Amino acid sequence: MKKDKIGDPLSRIDGRLKVTGGAKYSGEYKLPGLTYGVLVSATIPCGTVSSMDIQAAGKAPGVLAVITPFNAPKVPGYQPGAARPVRGLKLFNDDKVYFNGQPIALVVAETFERATYAASLVKATYKAEPFETDFHKNFDKGVIPNEGRYKDYVRGEADAYKKAPVVVEQDYMLPSEMHNPMELHVTTAFWDGDDKVTLYTKSQGVIGSQRSIANAFGLEVANVQINSRFVGGAFGSSLRTWPHEVAAVQAARLVKRPVKLTLTREQMFTLVGYRPLTIQRIGLGATTDGKLMGITHESHSQTAVYEEFTENAVNVSRFLYASPNANTRYKVVPLNVGVPTPMRGPGEATGSFALESALDELSYKLNIDPIELRLKNYTDMDPERNLPWSSKFLKECYQLGAERIGWEKRPTKPGMQRDGDWMVGYGLGCGAFGAYRSKTQVRIKLTPDGSVNIQTATSDIGPGTGTAMTLIAADILGIPAERISFELGNSAFPVAPTQGGSQTVSSVGSAVHDVCIALKQKLNTLAGLPADNTAEIEYATILQRLNLPSLELTQESQSGEEARKYSMYSFSAHFAQVHVHSLTGIVRVKRLVAVVDGGKIVNHKTASSQMIGGAVGGIGMALTEEAIFDDRFGRYVNGNLADYHVPVNADAPDIEAIFIDKPDPIINPIGTKGLGEISLIGVAAAVANAVFNATGKRIRDLPITPDKVLMT
Amino acid sequence: MSKRRNAPPEGKDLLKGSRRDFLKQSSLLSAAALTPGTLIRAANEQWDEKVADAFEKLPLNLEVNGVKYSVNVEPRVTLLDLLREQLNLTGSKKGCDRGQCGACTVHVNGVRINSCLSLALCNEGKKVTTIEGLAKGDVLHPMQEAFIKHDGFQCGYCTSGQIMSAVALVKEGRTQSPGEISEFMSGNICRCGAYSNIVKAIQEVKNSQS
Repeated sequence: MKKDKIGDPLSRIDGRLKVTGGAKYSGEYKLPGLTYGVLVSATIPCGTVSSMDIQAAGKAPGVLAVITPFNAPKVPGYQPGAARPVRGLKLFNDDKVYFNGQPIALVVAETFERATYAASLVKATYKAEPFETDFHKNFDKGVIPNEGRYKDYVRGEADAYKKAPVVVEQDYMLPSEMHNPMELHVTTAFWDGDDKVTLYTKSQGVIGSQRSIANAFGLEVANVQINSRFVGGAFGSSLRTWPHEVAAVQAARLVKRPVKLTLTREQMFTLVGYRPLTIQRIGLGATTDGKLMGITHESHSQTAVYEEFTENAVNVSRFLYASPNANTRYKVVPLNVGVPTPMRGPGEATGSFALESALDELSYKLNIDPIELRLKNYTDMDPERNLPWSSKFLKECYQLGAERIGWEKRPTKPGMQRDGDWMVGYGLGCGAFGAYRSKTQVRIKLTPDGSVNIQTATSDIGPGTGTAMTLIAADILGIPAERISFELGNSAFPVAPTQGGSQTVSSVGSAVHDVCIALKQKLNTLAGLPADNTAEIEYATILQRLNLPSLELTQESQSGEEARKYSMYSFSAHFAQVHVHSLTGIVRVKRLVAVVDGGKIVNHKTASSQMIGGAVGGIGMALTEEAIFDDRFGRYVNGNLADYHVPVNADAPDIEAIFIDKPDPIINPIGTKGLGEISLIGVAAAVANAVFNATGKRIRDLPITPDKVLMT
Repeated sequence: MSKRRNAPPEGKDLLKGSRRDFLKQSSLLSAAALTPGTLIRAANEQWDEKVADAFEKLPLNLEVNGVKYSVNVEPRVTLLDLLREQLNLTGSKKGCDRGQCGACTVHVNGVRINSCLSLALCNEGKKVTTIEGLAKGDVLHPMQEAFIKHDGFQCGYCTSGQIMSAVALVKEGRTQSPGEISEFMSGNICRCGAYSNIVKAIQEVKNSQS
């Protein structure tokens, strides 16, 4: 019998559906009586809507409803004193405008074209108020977030770097970056009576969506059904339930028909979050032989006036390197902008760009190889939490990466290597991201034909969740992958965590592992064998012999005490080789080697793709991505995919993903640590450092566009 | 014009007053195949726009994946929305609706186009192939097989467009080197970043055909 094992390169179980157009995403369910919702956006950044003229829109052909702050049915969870209040923007609940682009009306019509046309007829008059969108102008208005964990951190002495013999003190800037998944955010909602609602919605966590919608409408959780089987990318933008999703449900109740609300690409720049504009100051102090004496990391990033967003931008400086003194400060600047949301490698990607760039600057000041400098400050325990690592193979990452990229060819002085008109350079950037594991339930069902069905309410936004889970189940049960069907993206399935923070394989994979072992034990017992029998048994025969129609088990799995005794992280080292054109300043990443300690790798094929994809995202962060704001109007000027440059095929070099592939002995039974974030964290610094190595130009404001290369 | 209940409040000058005038002019100018008499009568008699609307749908005959369709569509409906919302062929994806991402790529008379940039009515009598029409029954097109083998996708949302572009690319002969493939596939964005795997898939198909 064919055996599929953990670690095998298994092709995606849903590959055939995805290459034939058969995979149905949330906006692709043809429901009887389907109607279309189109949002109308505010054109001022701050103030109130004083009146709206919806007459023309209401009378336009095919229009069923025009919902505005003046006529919207009340959403229970939006009201003061709600039992289960909804956080964030409360759409159409009042006349306030907090940012340009905030929806002020929702038009529902028989067709998409009719709704779009009618939306163009909605007129609003405003009472405009002064607004603030200029981050740089408002920098000093930064405040320490309300949440306690963002208070200033000090280990040893604050700002000790200033007293060191060798000092680097620099500011690094990251512009706002948009997730821009290829699928537009879309929600299709319909009600069954007054107390039951079903959604097909773009979601990274159907259980989270279910609770949010139940809270908003004061429904029993079980009366909210969320479906999100296929998600066309998200990268964090679907971690939470957004106001427009609530609005679609509200509209469906009003028109008593299914409503499909799709955001435009431009609306996705304001309504579904982004990685916030951040300025960081890094202070590094070292002895002349390269021992860090102090690290200071300060960060200011923008947030919305109506909701506070925070992320771990400074945390990486607390634990990645040994330093007797380290301190961090983190502030947010509230502006009249849409609220940010975690974007792949949230916080850590931002923070590692600054820290890893500063460390590179220090290496040149000290005239020490960047790898050697990192080895001199390597730490075998977590200096922040004073705990041992559950596992850490970052040294091995340096070594493997250096070999693969050809680090020995790196010029020790910048601007020394050329290839025709191109200057050649090499750079290193490291990353770390917490390895998490959340409580997960999984149901397994064996039928007498020998096939196994597994269900859990997890998601797959692209990494290949179902494929990895199938491989785990096949390995534990000792049956071919073809016999296993894996289902996800349905809130009626057993509870699983939201797909975010690189925790899916660790959480869901452990539960699949555990439920498969439980099933094997149960079958052994039924067959009259010891529960821990490891000899092969024919599952189907046992069911047939006992005349059982099926055998079904649900198992819950979670971490125990070990989570508090160890510090658990995935680590990565990204090596870039770049070419910088001497006349035009164009930067081309020629090669990128990503070496990752992500614990045991379940599926080498999809894991490799995930690493390559994260690296492409990191190249975008380094070289092309920037949401450009016009502070005169408080609006993005490049809110589309032609002017906001995500990397295209020609921007992506040869990328090699290398895995340490050693199981973490602590975190979970398989030893997986997570890849999604770590694939991106550290890439931007690797590229920026390579640009310096090629040109001698240190560019601290991302993205590194040709004008900056030429003008620096 | 002022009596019209739902004339666009803005852009009157641009539209020379009304949709009805436009109907009269355009039907006189071009629409021999339509029913200009009916349209002019509708316009002249100032029927309610909701009635006029019914007459604004125009007949369209086209072939999609070998199936002949005769439908009535509004002139403002794009080929992409016709496929997705009316013909229930949702394999072609909407990622931007502006011709900037390539997710909606289909073949029209054998040439790859962004279907979001083509009005449905401009495809009268044409042969459209979408991702749903690529496989022969259960037998996948070699490009589909190669995308699975080389893992040329993750979330799958850009995949239909990538594959339709890739099939056309091989026909266009723009596959001489990985660099050329990358350049000519750069109209199809993949945010998951599967680009290098996509290039490998295309190379394999190209090599197997040469």
